Amino acid sequence: MDFTLNEWVHMAGDGSIAQAAVKQQAEETGMTEEQVRSIMRSHLLCMQEAVQTGLDEKLRSVSGLSGGQAALFLKRMKEGKLLCGNLLGKAEVYAMATAECNACMGKIVAAPTAGACGILPGAILAMMEEKEVSVEEAVEALFVAAAVGQSIATQASISGAEGGCQAECGSAAAMAAAALTYLEGGSARQCVDAAAFAIMNLLGLVCDPVGGLVEVPCVYRNVGSAGVAFTSADMVLSGIRCPIAPDEVLLAMKEVGDALPSSLRETGDGGCAACPSVKALLKRNTMM
Amino acid sequence: MDLFDLIGPVMIGPSSSHTAGAARIGLTARLLLNEDVTRAEIGFHGSFAKTYRGHGTDRAIVGGLMGMQVDDARLRDSLSLAKESGMDVTFDTVNIRGAHPNTVRLTLTGVSGKELTMEAASVGGGNIEIHKLNGLNVDFTGKEHTLIIHQKDAPGVIAAVTGALAGQEINIANMQVYRRKAGADAMMVLELDGAPEGYVLESLRHLKAVQNVTFLKRRPC
Repeated sequence: MDFTLNEWVHMAGDGSIAQAAVKQQAEETGMTEEQVRSIMRSHLLCMQEAVQTGLDEKLRSVSGLSGGQAALFLKRMKEGKLLCGNLLGKAEVYAMATAECNACMGKIVAAPTAGACGILPGAILAMMEEKEVSVEEAVEALFVAAAVGQSIATQASISGAEGGCQAECGSAAAMAAAALTYLEGGSARQCVDAAAFAIMNLLGLVCDPVGGLVEVPCVYRNVGSAGVAFTSADMVLSGIRCPIAPDEVLLAMKEVGDALPSSLRETGDGGCAACPSVKALLKRNTMM
Repeated sequence: MDLFDLIGPVMIGPSSSHTAGAARIGLTARLLLNEDVTRAEIGFHGSFAKTYRGHGTDRAIVGGLMGMQVDDARLRDSLSLAKESGMDVTFDTVNIRGAHPNTVRLTLTGVSGKELTMEAASVGGGNIEIHKLNGLNVDFTGKEHTLIIHQKDAPGVIAAVTGALAGQEINIANMQVYRRKAGADAMMVLELDGAPEGYVLESLRHLKAVQNVTFLKRRPC
C-alpha cells in the first residue's frame, strides 16, 4: 500500500512515522519487524562504507570528471575552516564522498536514486558522529525517510528522466529533512512539513547531466541539497509551520516536472550539459 | 511501493538505469542461456550507445553475463576478468527502430555452442524488460518466477504445460504466447506465483513439440 504524507501522519498517531513504516513494511512482506529493521541496519552499514570509499583522494571515475574532491573538502573540514561548521559541514563532505563513490563505480545504497545517493547518508551519518545518534535511532530515521520517499514517488516522481533533478536531489533532501526532524524530536507533522520545505526550496531544479553522466552537476547538487535538508529541519523545529499542505507541494512538484522540456530531464541536452565549455571538458576527460 | 525501493537497492554506481539495470540484463541473459558465455556481441542503442563507457554500462553487462549481481564490486573489473576467463566480448552501437532509449542487443554463444539472442531495455530504477528473445517479440521483466518454453506451434502444447503446473498447484499470474507464424517456432512466457520442482521442468521438456524449457527464479531484490 502507498500512503500520502498526511496518511503517514495519521498512521503515526501518538507514535512516530518510523514505527508506522516498520509495521507497514513487515505486514506487506510477511517479515518480522526485527527482520525489516535488520535490512535497514545493513543498508546503514553500506552507507558508512560508501563514505569511506568516497573519501579516498586517489579515487577517479571512468570519465575522469569526478573523484578525489570529497578528500579536499574533508581536509578543510578537519582544519576547522568550513563556513558551515562541523555538523552541516560533515553532512556535506559525506554527501559528496557518497556521490563520488557512486560516480566511481563504488557500492552505494540508492536513496532514493543512485544520482541522489549522498544526501540522506550525509545527513544521518553526520548526526551519528556529531550528535551521538545511535544506530537504532539512525535506522528509525531512515524509515521516516523511506515513508516520505514513498509519498513522493507515488504522488510525484523520483526519476530525473521524468521530473528533473527536483525529483532526485529534491526528493532526497525532503527525505533527509524529515529524518533530521525526527532525530531532533520533531512530531510526525513536523517531519512532513520539513519535507515540504525541502521540496519548496528545490522545486523546478532541472536534470542536466554533462555528457549524460551522473557526475556534473550531480555530485555538487548532492552537497547543496544536504544543506537544504538541514535548513528545512531547523525551520520546522523552530516552530515554523509549512503554510501549504505538504501533499499539495508534492503535486506541485509533479506539475512542474511535467512542464519541464525534455532537454532538462536527464537527456544531457540542456542546462549545464549545454554549456560551451562542456565539449572541451568531455574531450579532455573522457573516451567519449 | 516497497520501502526498500526508496532506500535501496544496494548497487554499484553510478546509475540505476545505466549500471544496475544493465547488470541485471546481462545476468538474465546468462540465466536464460543456462551455461557459461564464451562469446558475447553487445550492441548498444540510444542513450546506452551515447554514454555506455562513462556509466560503466559495458562493464555492468559483461559482469552480469559472468553471473555477477548488481552489488558485486567485481563489476568494475569485469572487462579484464572476462578477458582472463577467455570470454570473447565485442561492443558496437546499433540503431533499433522504435526501441526504448536504454536498449541493448545481445548475441551470445555458450560453452556447448548454444546460442541466444536477446533485446532488453533498462526502464528506470534498475528495472528491466526483455523485449526480444531468439528473434521472437516477448515482454517480461524477470522480477517474478518466469517459465519460458520454446515450442513448435501445435495444438495442445499450452494445455499440456498449464496442466502440468496445475498438477503442482502452481498458479499462473501472467501468460503470453508468441509465434513466428502458424505451425512455426513459438514461445510461451509464464509468470508464476510459485517455483516448479525440477522434475516438473524435466517432464515439460519431454512434452511433444517442446524444444526448450528455461526457468528463472524470482529475483531476490
